[in-house]
Order: sequence, then C-alpha cells, then structure tokens
Amino acid sequence: MGDTAASPAPAPDAVILAVENLEKRYGPGCESCLALTGPDHSTNVCPRCGSVTALRLISFDLREGEILGVVGESGSGKSTLVQCIYFDLDATGGRMRFDGQNDAADVTRLPRIEKRRLRGRLMGMVYQNPMRGLRLDITSGANVAEKLLEAEVFHFSRIRGRAQSLLDRTEIPASYIDWPPRTLSGGMQQRIQIAKALANNPPLLLLDEVTSGLDVSVQARVLDLIRELQREMGISMIVVSHDMGVIRLLADRTLVMKNGGIVEQGLTDQILEDPQHPYTQLLVHSTL
Amino acid sequence: MTPADLLPASGPRRFNFAFLNEGAKREVRRALLKAVALPGHQVPFASPELPIARGWGTGGLQVTMSLIGPADVLKIIDQGCDGSVNAVNLRKLLVATTGVRTTSDSREATILQSRHRLPEIPLAAHQLAVLQVPLPEPLRLVEPSEVETRRMHSEADYARMWVSLYEDVVQNGAISLAAGYPCRVHGTYIMSPSPLPRWDLPLLDGAEHLTLLGAGREKRVYAVPPYTSVKPLEFEDLPFTVEDFGSAVCARCGSSGTFLDELYDEKTGAAFRVCSDSGFCDLVRAGVVPPKRKTAPAGRLAHG
Repeated sequence: MGDTAASPAPAPDAVILAVENLEKRYGPGCESCLALTGPDHSTNVCPRCGSVTALRLISFDLREGEILGVVGESGSGKSTLVQCIYFDLDATGGRMRFDGQNDAADVTRLPRIEKRRLRGRLMGMVYQNPMRGLRLDITSGANVAEKLLEAEVFHFSRIRGRAQSLLDRTEIPASYIDWPPRTLSGGMQQRIQIAKALANNPPLLLLDEVTSGLDVSVQARVLDLIRELQREMGISMIVVSHDMGVIRLLADRTLVMKNGGIVEQGLTDQILEDPQHPYTQLLVHSTL
Repeated sequence: MTPADLLPASGPRRFNFAFLNEGAKREVRRALLKAVALPGHQVPFASPELPIARGWGTGGLQVTMSLIGPADVLKIIDQGCDGSVNAVNLRKLLVATTGVRTTSDSREATILQSRHRLPEIPLAAHQLAVLQVPLPEPLRLVEPSEVETRRMHSEADYARMWVSLYEDVVQNGAISLAAGYPCRVHGTYIMSPSPLPRWDLPLLDGAEHLTLLGAGREKRVYAVPPYTSVKPLEFEDLPFTVEDFGSAVCARCGSSGTFLDELYDEKTGAAFRVCSDSGFCDLVRAGVVPPKRKTAPAGRLAHG
C-alpha cells in the first residue's frame, strides 16, 4: 500500500514529534504537586493533596528515523508516557506536536475523534501483552486489517494483500492469516502485533516492553526484526524497556525516567558508559 | 396500573386517546425531536407500562401512540403483510384506543408502522414510517459493553464493525448479513436499520419521508430524517447488493421486481413465491397499479 507513504519525506533529521512539559496527573492536584514529587523526592504521591503525578515535565524531540529508548524501573512512568503519546491516555498538561504532517499544532487538546484519526494515520503501537494490542479471537489477518480500517482503507483486496505481505514480512506462515492469535505462540503473537502496528505505514512506532516475557532466542528474533524494519522503512521509534540490553541494541538516544520525570537523557552509549545521575549509575551497574 | 384503572371512570372512554397519558407521549416526542436532530443517534426515553409485552413491537407502538391524531390513517404490517398476527394485534389496540381509520393501501396511510419491511411503493413526504426495532445497537455484534459502544459512536470508532465485515467476507466470500445490515447515516453514525432486509435500504437512502425507529425493550428511539443519506457499509471492491430472487415471479400478481417470500403449497408441497408486501400485491391484482418488473440482472443494484 505504497500510496499512504506518499506524503513528502521530512528533511533528514527533521523533528517529527516534539514533546514539551508533558504531564499526567491522577487526582485533583494542587500548587505543591510538582514541587513535592518526582525523582528528587522519590515519590509520585503529593503529600499535600494525595494526587499521583505519573508524568512530570517530560520534554524531548524525536527525529526522523531515530530510535529513542526509555528506561526506568517499574512505576517510573515509561508506559504512561507512550500511552499518552498514543492517546490511550489523555495527558493533563504540556504540549505535543507532530511535525512534517501539517499537524504542527498541539495535539493533546484535540477532541477524541481527531486524536483517533491522527493515531490511525501517524502511529503504530506494540504492547507488552498481546492481549492488549490484539483481539485474540478474531483472525490474525483481521487484526492487521483493523489498523488499516482505522486508517480508512476500505478496499478488501488491498487490505487482504497488505495483511498477507506484513505477516509474511514478520515471518508468520502464510496459512496462519485466517487463524486467531489465541492459537499461536507468544512470539508469533508479538510479531502479529508488530505487523498490525506497521499496517498503515506509520512514521512513528511505539514499542512498550515488546520482548518481556519472551524466551531469549525468540527475543533475539523479535529484536532483529525490529532493527531490520527500522533500517528498511526509516521509521522513528520509541522503545520502552527495563532491559538495558534491549536499549543498548536498539536505541540511538535514551531517556532515563524515575518517579514520572526524566533524570538523564543523551546518546545511549554515553549513558551506558558514563552515567551521570546516581539513579542511572545504579541502573547501569545493576544490569552488568 | 390496577384493574380499577381499566374500568370506566366517567363516560364511555376507558383510556386516554392512544392509550398513553399526555405526559408519557411528551416524553417520547421529546426523545424523537432529539433523534431527528441527530440522524442515526440512539436516544433513550422513559417508557411507561404497556398492555403488551416488550419485544412485541412496543418501541414502534409508543412512537405511533405519541404522534397519532384522530385524522390519521393507519397501516400496520409485519413482514410486509397486513394480516400477520403481530400487525393485527397492534392494529386492534390502536384502533380501540384511537378510533382512527386503517388501510392496507400504503398510498393512503399517513402513518405506516412496520416490522421488517417498507412498502414497495416509496412513501411520500407527508407520510411517516414507524419501525419496530428488536436490536437498536449495531455495534452489539462486536462489543457487549454499553459504555463502550457509546464511546465508539461518539468517537466514530467503527474499525471493529468493519473488521466483522472483513471476517464475514473471509469466511463466507461475501457479507452474509441479511437483515439489520449496518448503515452509515448522514456520514456520521452507524445505524441498525431495524430488521429491514437489504432490499429496503435503498428505499431509506435520501427518502422523502421521515422514518422513526423505536426499540421497546431498550427504550430507545432513533430517526432518519427526510432526504438523509443512508449508506450500507461496503468495501470499495465488494459493492453492496440487494437480494436476488432469480427468475422468480409472484404467484398472485405476476410481479418479478418485488421482495418475494417463499411459500409451500399445502397439498403438493411445491414451493412458490408471493410478494412480501401484501398491500402492494392486492393493488396489482385489483388492477390499480401495474406489476413491478425486475430491472437489473442482480435485482436493484444500489447506489452510485
């Protein structure tokens, strides 16, 4: 389906996603929330009002073709971040802009119906648990088709052909197209998720702990596939993982998160070889 | 309601005109106004107790009761037929409580209440179609949660409806839905067009008349205002088609271009076809209107 890729390619290194002071809070909030939570206080819960600040002052740019890693311990806000970007959650503050798509305005305040359209056009998501990203009881082909139908492709043969070629590309045997994912292995389900996420040729792919829960050899194949796809399609990615090995293998740049905030960001090699923040040092050294 | 309420209080009439009290009628009319303003959107309403069981046409019945006046002419059909048991019961109730004139000629009616069919002769602008709906929520097929289906409608999140059509084509080679085929109304909401067969959907698209749909069990109404587009969901390379009855001809009136029911001769067991719209069939037999001839090889291939 080459026609959806026909939008003019942004200049090399163009920023395709700009995130500015993104915030996600649960609860009423008060003036002290930001001051009394975060990495420096080692808590997300405001002692004054009890609100939970899941994301605070998150700012970064994602460039064309870049893979951005997001690391941090459980509860640091990694998944909340990608879910806010994917509009699964509505951010409660800050701004996000998608550039190079004539959508240079802040998208966090768009109505849900507009967010849904934008997501159908610009983004793909692979969740940690295939149960979240796939419907296990409908066929694999239909799962891929769903993403295309979301992107308003209503031509049956083209949908079918695209599903076939994507499943082929992600090494799912051709005959499995009409099998429900429930009947397939975890590794295959994860590859079907990747096929689905890529169906609309999105400029941005979000990967949330894609290899957690897979055995090591399957992990390696899924990571290889992601790297190949990135090389072929020049897709920008945000890769969330608690596994420094995955980040080392995939990410050009990395954000380190703790208690909903970014404590350090920079080139992945730099962060792994010369971590500055004490928390990053702990994280890097505990994986060795 | 107690049995005492059914006894004459004073004078001969035992009920308010059209059974419902004026407050209940106003409630339904208020919901209908909203429904007409938002074509295809399901509007809930508060429903009183009724003298027949829910699921037996009570949605359409309440719509008719809330709108009918003494000068109206009523036609009620079930599966296209004026003589079906559901139609007869509802007609008796409405006549007993309003005293309006009834007809089987769809051209004479001011209110047409129906389950399953629209008349073969398109309704005119002054006529009102009231449809009895068993399952108002088209997304119920793919999503059991009411909260979720409402969110899906509000966000036009219809990919899963389309996925179910994709799966249907994969498994059956074509979209196999025969009745209640999902339609996009006015380019916005997806609507379940009652249990109308596919055949009748082109009659709804851009129709001159107002169509009101009522679901009694779910207590919801929705509407297709006049001149509103009603487009069946279809893939670009698999256009929507209506039922094709081959070379069959109505055994009573000779029409080949109508929606035909299959019946069996009780003595010989032989199958034969008759018009589903018995009122139309009678008009042809009486020589009032000419029989309808089949036009395109695959029936009325709808939509350009």
